[in-house]
Amino acid sequence: MIAIIDYGMGNLHSVSKAIERLGYPAVLASDEETIMSADAAILPGVGAFGDAMQNLRDTGLDEVTRRYAASGKPLLGICLGMQLLFTSGEEHGANAGLGLLPGSVVRFEGSYKIPHMGWNKLEFRQKSPLFEGLAEGHVYFVHSFHARPERDEHLLATTDYYQHVTAIVGRDNIYGMQFHPEKSGELGMQLLANFLKLSGRPEA
Amino acid sequence: MLAKRIIPCLDVKDGRVVKGVNFVNLRDAGDPVELAATYDREGADELVFLDISASHEGRATMVEVVRQTAGEITIPFTVGGGIGHVDDMKRLLRAGADKIGINTAAIRSPELVSEGARKFGSQCIVVAIDAKFNPEWGEWEVYTHGGRNATGLKALEWVKRVESLGAGEILLTSMDADGTKDGFDLKLTRAVSDMVSIPVIASGGAGKIDHFYDVFEQGHADAGLAATIFHYKEMTIGEVKEDLRGKGVEVR
Repeated sequence: MIAIIDYGMGNLHSVSKAIERLGYPAVLASDEETIMSADAAILPGVGAFGDAMQNLRDTGLDEVTRRYAASGKPLLGICLGMQLLFTSGEEHGANAGLGLLPGSVVRFEGSYKIPHMGWNKLEFRQKSPLFEGLAEGHVYFVHSFHARPERDEHLLATTDYYQHVTAIVGRDNIYGMQFHPEKSGELGMQLLANFLKLSGRPEA
Repeated sequence: MLAKRIIPCLDVKDGRVVKGVNFVNLRDAGDPVELAATYDREGADELVFLDISASHEGRATMVEVVRQTAGEITIPFTVGGGIGHVDDMKRLLRAGADKIGINTAAIRSPELVSEGARKFGSQCIVVAIDAKFNPEWGEWEVYTHGGRNATGLKALEWVKRVESLGAGEILLTSMDADGTKDGFDLKLTRAVSDMVSIPVIASGGAGKIDHFYDVFEQGHADAGLAATIFHYKEMTIGEVKEDLRGKGVEVR
């Protein structure tokens, strides 16, 4: 079973249906027992970094997510969920993140369109099980802040938007995607499928 | 850099697609969910549903269509038509829509744009504008109700206004070009695109493959929207993209 961590941020319907279409049972979970027993967990999220961390702390799901990450089972942060994996975010003042990946989340600055919204091309920077059998292509982004990993080896894929923008990160069993794989056509679904394969469950 | 987007638009009334859609191999050509999934497979970058239901029941049905569509497709989609309150936006976004299109309601109460942007984020708010050239003014005027009612608003002033209110995107339909198949209104599209820094989706007039290249290169649009030509299979989204790619335009 795949747990989608439900901490009151955003619509989880699309991601849950996408997982089911890939042949895995998905549940929205906000209790420790369900999350810890899942074969893989997804930390979704849209909205503001500070609000999201506040919700996670209020529900105790910040600790549960850290424990899940420490269990060695695959964890995937999507969009804001990816940003929360980092040490800190600067949205509306500095906020501590989950601290699972060293680095910070900063606002786009420049005379170009913000948010970075639309289809942009991935460039794979490292070998990763997520890229198994896949070619680089376009995925769908919507974000005004972007992550700056401290360590190059955690940066798995980038996209080009007036600079290199972090698109996929990973360390051991912990992964993050800045774009929405569930809204990114076939490539998005394949990336999600490759992540789900890490749960060790055969496709139904 | 961002790819230029090709967006089919589906008119939905009481949960059914209207305006003849000519797809073969569909179990039910009037089913918006099945059509949406078909366009997704054909490479559409986004979809727009325009709800033209006149009744409360019809609009309630649309929420269910949105819910089912969100579970079936893998691309973002916008829902517009008959949205007059923040509660309507919330209902549709919760059901799985990615963006909400507002037109007449934004003109009637511009605070709806700012309120929606504040609550859900600018990226969720698409302001749809129907514009028509007013020869007396020598510029474009905003219309409502499918081009029937003139508002007295200058289109180029209105787009600036909605941008400052927090709109995330503009869906610009030329009433002069709509239905002609002679191509998008390049002058209007360019004037609007150059006026604002939010993305502009050009609509109305697409009839040939070249028209998409023109609206991106000369009209400076970020996306091109069409209905009839795709519904009637006059061209496929794949063909449009192949043409654009061949001319050096980045597409997915």
